[in-house]
Amino acid sequence: MIDAIIFIDMAESSLVQIKGIKEGLLVTFGEADWNVLSQSLYSQVEKQQAFFKGARFVVDVGDRSLKSREVGTLRDKLADLGVNLDTVLSTSAVTVNSAQLLGLATQLPVPVKRYPKSEAAADLASHALWIDKTLRSGARIEHAGNVVILGDVNSGAEVIAGGSIMVWGRVRGFVHAGKEGDNAVAICALDLHPTQLRIGELIAVSPPKTKDTAKPEMVKIVDGQLVAEPWKPI
Amino acid sequence: MAANVLTVTSGKGGVGKTTTVANIAVALANDGKKVVCIDGDIGLRNLDVILGLENRIVYDIVDVVEGRCRIRQAMIRDKRFPELFLIPAAQTRDKNAVSPSDMIRLCDELRAEFDWIIIDSPAGIERGFKNSIAPADIIVIVTNPEMSAVRDADRVVGLIEAEEKKPPYLILNRIKQNMVQRGDMLSVADVYDLLRVEVIGIVPEDENTIIAANKGVPLAIEGKSRSGVAYRNIAKRLCGEQVPFMKLDVDTLWDKLMQIGKGN
Repeated sequence: MIDAIIFIDMAESSLVQIKGIKEGLLVTFGEADWNVLSQSLYSQVEKQQAFFKGARFVVDVGDRSLKSREVGTLRDKLADLGVNLDTVLSTSAVTVNSAQLLGLATQLPVPVKRYPKSEAAADLASHALWIDKTLRSGARIEHAGNVVILGDVNSGAEVIAGGSIMVWGRVRGFVHAGKEGDNAVAICALDLHPTQLRIGELIAVSPPKTKDTAKPEMVKIVDGQLVAEPWKPI
Repeated sequence: MAANVLTVTSGKGGVGKTTTVANIAVALANDGKKVVCIDGDIGLRNLDVILGLENRIVYDIVDVVEGRCRIRQAMIRDKRFPELFLIPAAQTRDKNAVSPSDMIRLCDELRAEFDWIIIDSPAGIERGFKNSIAPADIIVIVTNPEMSAVRDADRVVGLIEAEEKKPPYLILNRIKQNMVQRGDMLSVADVYDLLRVEVIGIVPEDENTIIAANKGVPLAIEGKSRSGVAYRNIAKRLCGEQVPFMKLDVDTLWDKLMQIGKGN
């Protein structure tokens, strides 16, 4: 996958590495504070601005948790230097969430084998992703484990989970639980009217909406079919 | 003076952003505020036409950013309002000619001299949109009561939230109350329910808007038209005044007769 090391500055090579990959230029970091690392990246790009102009960057931040402001700053600073931030890779759910909200890709078409898959993936999948806001059109949340949303999933938003999806709000967008084929998962919401709903391989669309039908519902697979039932305390 | 930077955006095109900018600007200037409008739609500029200033452009925003002139030289004074200025967009370049940090620098330079800096964002969510919202203190989203416009507005709200800007305000443009009453058009309440964004203006559909745009005389200058009044109310609300929303219902002849009957 990695064909050539394009650029190494001896003084800063331990902080920032930039390598050519099929999708563009992969940026990886050494151990230091994020401010130091990002500054070091900007200065490296600035030194060879003509060379980097128009490049697509895939930035791998490892397990650092970056807020959307930090990811946004990274994108804007790089844009000022003529570089497009295309993808942010991270094992931190916070960073992945921030990047997704800004409309950046968070995985490569064919994943680079960066971590021994078992541990990192299993670790992410075992944690539920907690989102305490409404997902608006264009937001895409993808998570290996369960997803809990305190807010609405508006029309045009997408939630894709390896596990179950629980929404304390209205669902109008696209929801897909059990993306890896797990059929023992559920989707539940206070008002469930998705554009399209999937569990595993099964697909359903909502019946036409009538007035005053807002009621908590849960969808599960029963006997190989998607079945919606009232969502009540057990 | 420390100006507020107000950006008007929408996602979808053709919902009335530029008309809104021109009318809010004129209304604010009419109330004695110092206002400068910046056309962010590089390559497809319109604001100069709606304000009736297109034949006075010498320099544009790209000339300022690229250092061919000073800001003052690119500012066109509106002769109707001595405290209203326009910085036009370049027509022969594209959005990449300006960066978000250029816009922040430009606005910071203007802040000291004005009460309001109003940026007309282009449609879409790409570079031009990012340029326009980068310096914004207040963002207003214009939408129409149609599902496609509302969906795009929702997308824009999401992007503004991701940028950690203050929550935006909503202007609902082109409401046709008789269609709403028939149930053929989304109502203000329907749109609010979908977007959950504070509504700062409701502008009824008004044929005069097109006439005014062609003449280059924004409606908010004249006293009569309903949409002109709506824009003046928006300007007052932006300045912190409490102004009730105007009654949208179109009275039928029967209603009027009833009122006369009751009143007298």
